[in-house]
Amino acid sequence: MSVQEASSRDPVVTEDTRRLNMIEAINEALDIMLARDPGVVIMGEDVGYFGGVFRATAGLQEKHGKTRVFDTPISECGIIGVAVGMGAYGLRPVPEIQFADYIYPGLDQLISEAARLRYRSAGEYIAPMTVRSPFGGGIFGGQTHSQSPEAIFAHVAGLKTVIPSTPHDAKGLLIAAIEDNDPVIFFEPKRIYNGPFSGYYDKPVEPWKKHRDSQVPEGYYKIPLGKARIVQEGEAMTVLTYGTMVHVAEAVCAAKGVDAEILDLRTLVPLDIQAIEKSVRKTGRCLIVHEATRTAGFGAELSALVTERCFYHLEAPVDRVTGFDTPYPHSLEWAYFPGPVRIGEAIDKLLKD
Amino acid sequence: MADRPEGTAQEGRNKPVLSLHVPEPTYRPGDAVDFSHIAVTQAGAQPRPDEACHASETAPLTLDLVRVLGDDDLAHGPWDPKLDADTLRQMLHHFAMVRAFDARMYRGQRQGKTSFYMKCTGEEATSISAAMALASDDMVFPSYRQQGILIARGYSLVEMINQIYSNRGDKLKGRQLPIMYSSREHSFFSISGNLATQTPQAVGWAMASAIKGDSRIAATWVGEGSTAEGDFHSACTFAAVYNAPVILNVVNNQWAISSFSGFAGAERTTFAARAVGYGIAGIRVDGNDPLAVYAAERWAANRARANGGPTLIEHFTYRAEGHSTSDDPSQYRSAQETEEWPLGDPVNRLKKHLIALGEWDEDRHAAMDLACAEEVKAATKDAEKNGILGHGLHHPFATMFEDVFEELPWHLVEQSKQAIHEREVKFPEGRPQ
Repeated sequence: MSVQEASSRDPVVTEDTRRLNMIEAINEALDIMLARDPGVVIMGEDVGYFGGVFRATAGLQEKHGKTRVFDTPISECGIIGVAVGMGAYGLRPVPEIQFADYIYPGLDQLISEAARLRYRSAGEYIAPMTVRSPFGGGIFGGQTHSQSPEAIFAHVAGLKTVIPSTPHDAKGLLIAAIEDNDPVIFFEPKRIYNGPFSGYYDKPVEPWKKHRDSQVPEGYYKIPLGKARIVQEGEAMTVLTYGTMVHVAEAVCAAKGVDAEILDLRTLVPLDIQAIEKSVRKTGRCLIVHEATRTAGFGAELSALVTERCFYHLEAPVDRVTGFDTPYPHSLEWAYFPGPVRIGEAIDKLLKD
Repeated sequence: MADRPEGTAQEGRNKPVLSLHVPEPTYRPGDAVDFSHIAVTQAGAQPRPDEACHASETAPLTLDLVRVLGDDDLAHGPWDPKLDADTLRQMLHHFAMVRAFDARMYRGQRQGKTSFYMKCTGEEATSISAAMALASDDMVFPSYRQQGILIARGYSLVEMINQIYSNRGDKLKGRQLPIMYSSREHSFFSISGNLATQTPQAVGWAMASAIKGDSRIAATWVGEGSTAEGDFHSACTFAAVYNAPVILNVVNNQWAISSFSGFAGAERTTFAARAVGYGIAGIRVDGNDPLAVYAAERWAANRARANGGPTLIEHFTYRAEGHSTSDDPSQYRSAQETEEWPLGDPVNRLKKHLIALGEWDEDRHAAMDLACAEEVKAATKDAEKNGILGHGLHHPFATMFEDVFEELPWHLVEQSKQAIHEREVKFPEGRPQ
């Protein structure tokens, strides 16, 4: 199967596609890479025998053996540090951090080591690792099972940051990330593991099997890192978003009948600046939507880039809809979450200006 | 809620009142030094367990001090590695070369040829003797004070100096602080400024070697101060859990910049003793006894190679000079410490051993020292042809943006163009690279 540019709304349906949810798509990507590349090893807390707390690695140890897929001590700095050493040997480790909220003990190894190894050794040593980690809120995860720390990683020279929003993309992007020779942070929006989330939390969740982007080809295929996906074309405004918020933004635009062009960035670093520029120059308006806190979030970088590069095409100030600048609350989750009301009002304001 | 102890001196207080213990080194500047509290064991008295023994059997060795060279300058006991005279002379030559190199680079820093340098004076055995006990393709994950490994593995002095000078010959393209070497060809891992990060990496490399059914092992070096980092705990845990073929060398040179080893926990136990708690074999060795260091490292290497698992070796030694060229140890410790250090100087001890064996003499030693100094001087001159720090003979500006990623993303392409543009603004007539 060739590379999917996936820029249209039409589902990619061929004889060898099946409907998978995001967990199944990720599991399949890992299975394929374990089979294709003997250097691929998967490790993390509970990923081995048990198959992962979200089942992403279910069945892989039994199929590929304990030296390819194994449990680790509860030590994020150990998991990442050991993976750096394995990369230096020549393996292609895929460590899992159980929740993105728990990646911080591994930050020194990620920022000071994995990200800089190629640079500081002038290419003698590399860290071709993919750190998978469930991230994002909307699941009553409270402060330590809901965070979206992507801006921390996007700020680090030498790291790539990837966030899929569909089963189809999750598989293709994960395969591309594992094959990439640079360290990749692969954040999986756990809110949409089982179905896209509209943001209307009081409505039943649609399972992936009814969604066009759950058509996942069998076998090996890649979606290139650094390429955005046009979720829907439109003229009225550009919405820049990723992860769970792709689906929330899409639902809000549909509910309001706004002819928005929605870009799922998919990769934050390297960023698809061409797709962004092209869209904003066409629409003249730009809304940025992410779950993460506002101040110094990735939206600030997007806003600055759009302002710098599309200033004379803008008909209104670039706006950001984000989480509030607080730790992620438990009981007040839906007051915190950048849901339909916050997005809807921002859309109205942007169109009025 | 529990009742308060009877008879408390003051209502609501424990008796006695609690007090915080803040460690204090024995000697400060100006103090007379007496090292009689350091137990200098009798050379040859320590048992040498089988390399395949259970880790717990090494427990007594973690509180002992393995020594081979006695006061008579001869080798004693079961840890005598029985090296031939040629190997011993080669080791002595590496010692002399590192010492000559350190002397010249230190002077180079003082002369403004580079920004920074770190000597390893007094600790030469902990890197050179250890490295000589490993296979040349065993992977080493050093800290910044194991330049002896590169010397022992035959790395080019000119390449080392190019790196220190960050000149246009620097293989690392001037990106790294001086002495943060890297040489894949010599199985020498890229040195990082972040302490102890190399320890779990070494364990991971060893795990990878085991996953692949290879025969190579990994060894890492970390100072006693850095054992306080969380990474060291992770390294020991992972090494034990996966029985990784790795050697964890802890160089206990008593000082972490101005902090004495008490701030890493040395007042309560030895660093080797930590091995026991992890289920790792542990050996505490006289780090200034080149034969003991060699023997301990060889024991651990044989054990790792035979799937016997990891070993933690504490090299008990003394940092004879300042932490770095940015440090003045006379501000925090007695100047007498170095001369009074009870385990002596590793170079001197090996030299006297070879003389006692009838395999060496003072004249040959003086000639060797002179030859090493000349060789380093010549290498320095060669390296200086490639430039010294800040004199313009560096790598081209565009190289600053390479190797951040495998390929340059658009934003680095743009920033690279900006850097080259700035260069043209600053030097409109052009300037030789």
